[in-house]
Amino acid sequence: MATHLLSELTVFVLAVFVGFEVISKVPTLLHTPLMSGTNAIHGIVLVGALLVAGVAHGPLEHVLAIGAVTLATVNVVGGFLVTDRMLEMFKKKPQA
Amino acid sequence: MSETIAAAPWITLTYLVTGICFILGLKWLSSPSRARQGNQIAAVGMVLALAATVLSGAIHSIGDIVIGVVIGAVLGAVGARRVKMTAIPQMVAIFNGAGGGAAALISMMDFLQTERNGNVLTPDVSVAVALSAVIGSVSFAGSIIAFAKLQEILSGRPVAFPGMRIVSALVLLFIVVMAVAIIAFGGGEGALYALVAAALALGLLIVLPIGGADMPVVISLLNSFTGLAAAFTGFVLGNDVLIISGALVGASGALLTHLMSKAMNRSLLNVLFAGVGAGGGEASASSPGGTARSTTVDDVATMLAYAGQVVVVPGYGLAVAQAQHNVRELADALEKRGVTVKYAIHPVAGRMPGHMNVLLAEANVPYTQLFEMEQINPEFPRTDVVLVIGANDVVNPAARTVRDSPIYGMPILDVDKAKSIVVLKRSMRSGFAGVDNPIFYDSKCSMLFGDAKDSVVKLIGAVSKV
Repeated sequence: MATHLLSELTVFVLAVFVGFEVISKVPTLLHTPLMSGTNAIHGIVLVGALLVAGVAHGPLEHVLAIGAVTLATVNVVGGFLVTDRMLEMFKKKPQA
Repeated sequence: MSETIAAAPWITLTYLVTGICFILGLKWLSSPSRARQGNQIAAVGMVLALAATVLSGAIHSIGDIVIGVVIGAVLGAVGARRVKMTAIPQMVAIFNGAGGGAAALISMMDFLQTERNGNVLTPDVSVAVALSAVIGSVSFAGSIIAFAKLQEILSGRPVAFPGMRIVSALVLLFIVVMAVAIIAFGGGEGALYALVAAALALGLLIVLPIGGADMPVVISLLNSFTGLAAAFTGFVLGNDVLIISGALVGASGALLTHLMSKAMNRSLLNVLFAGVGAGGGEASASSPGGTARSTTVDDVATMLAYAGQVVVVPGYGLAVAQAQHNVRELADALEKRGVTVKYAIHPVAGRMPGHMNVLLAEANVPYTQLFEMEQINPEFPRTDVVLVIGANDVVNPAARTVRDSPIYGMPILDVDKAKSIVVLKRSMRSGFAGVDNPIFYDSKCSMLFGDAKDSVVKLIGAVSKV
């Protein structure tokens, strides 16, 4: 257990550093899409929602399960689509 | 985790690929030419992780999942397709709140399922359950308030009552007590529900006293929170892909929050605890004196048509009036006459950094004409006319000089250095920060009152007749 926790902590800390490094040079122009894009990425909680919903028992758990899956799906689907809609407009346009 | 199943190697490997997709996605999102691919590769990573999870054999019944995915996908897709580009900040707030709420619900379920199986949570897992439930709930409640404020369901002005900070501190203390009860003394369901209820209340208490102008920073902060909540959910479930992705978003979101508050020259603590406009805003709302000069469409058209260089300062008012397309037409008409037209984009123009760029891109304004504050400020002394359309706080010289002003210290566009200024505005009402703007009383400045779109359309007509 302890070694499992330690390896999880290691992964966590390293990912935090990667997160800082990878976006350190973003032009202001892209801040809004970036916020929206990172927002879509934490929709990964849907994986967790699937895992707990897949073994739900009893009325309370079913209600919570449907709630969790619904919310997480809204996050994933809405997040990626709205980011794509924004970025689509940044395509290079022929100069008028 | 309730039943620790050693994940098959192929699942772990797929999760690793997902992590790589997310990192590449974030990296590409930082460059204008690859940003869209960045978002797409992150989406691919997401699909891979979801597919691996469904096929992992850990899911025994799919009834709840099908219902949830169908409802969620419809809501998310309709929301994302229908939202107006001006309403992007509040849409992001809602999607973010959904993620936070999901993280909190997942931890609660893991807690309930462990109890149901007659097991006891190990201390490390119960710490993670408490953290993810608290942070997820704060993010959920806070995002809803942020949405309500930006959508103007709630007043954009800070909401506060006497003793609010003491109440917040007590709620926080209660949360700590409940968390300790769960972690150290095996507190049951009751403690968990109390913990979640208190965390929801804390989310409201944190965001209510913050003014609408600071809301983007708050949304970015809550976005980072949801990332952390996702990571802690990963610790609860022993799932690496949640830990990696959550940590990535938690860290990059925190950095982005820092960059945004820096653009507004406010420290994060200041944003969270000062409550813009709650005190100083009222005090300085008295007029700095003088009268604003009103002008006509024809006068402005003549000034523009014979100018060498015109700089447009677009603000949220332009976006609300949906005038971005008309502004581009006006710019085209001026360029045909040989006038150089540039756009000055303040870092927080619109409602979030980069928001105005999105809006102008929507109107096909080439981004070679968009200039950031540092690039455009030296240009103002050789600019003949500055056209301020629906912007206010970002051109307010009070930010340079008036120490007790709530926007004091925010870097602004130096439009007062230009030869003349024309402000298109609906009325003399103050901007989002609730502060009066001395620039309106400047002798070089004239005001063209009316709806931004209406005025711009009239200007296009008038310019063609000059």
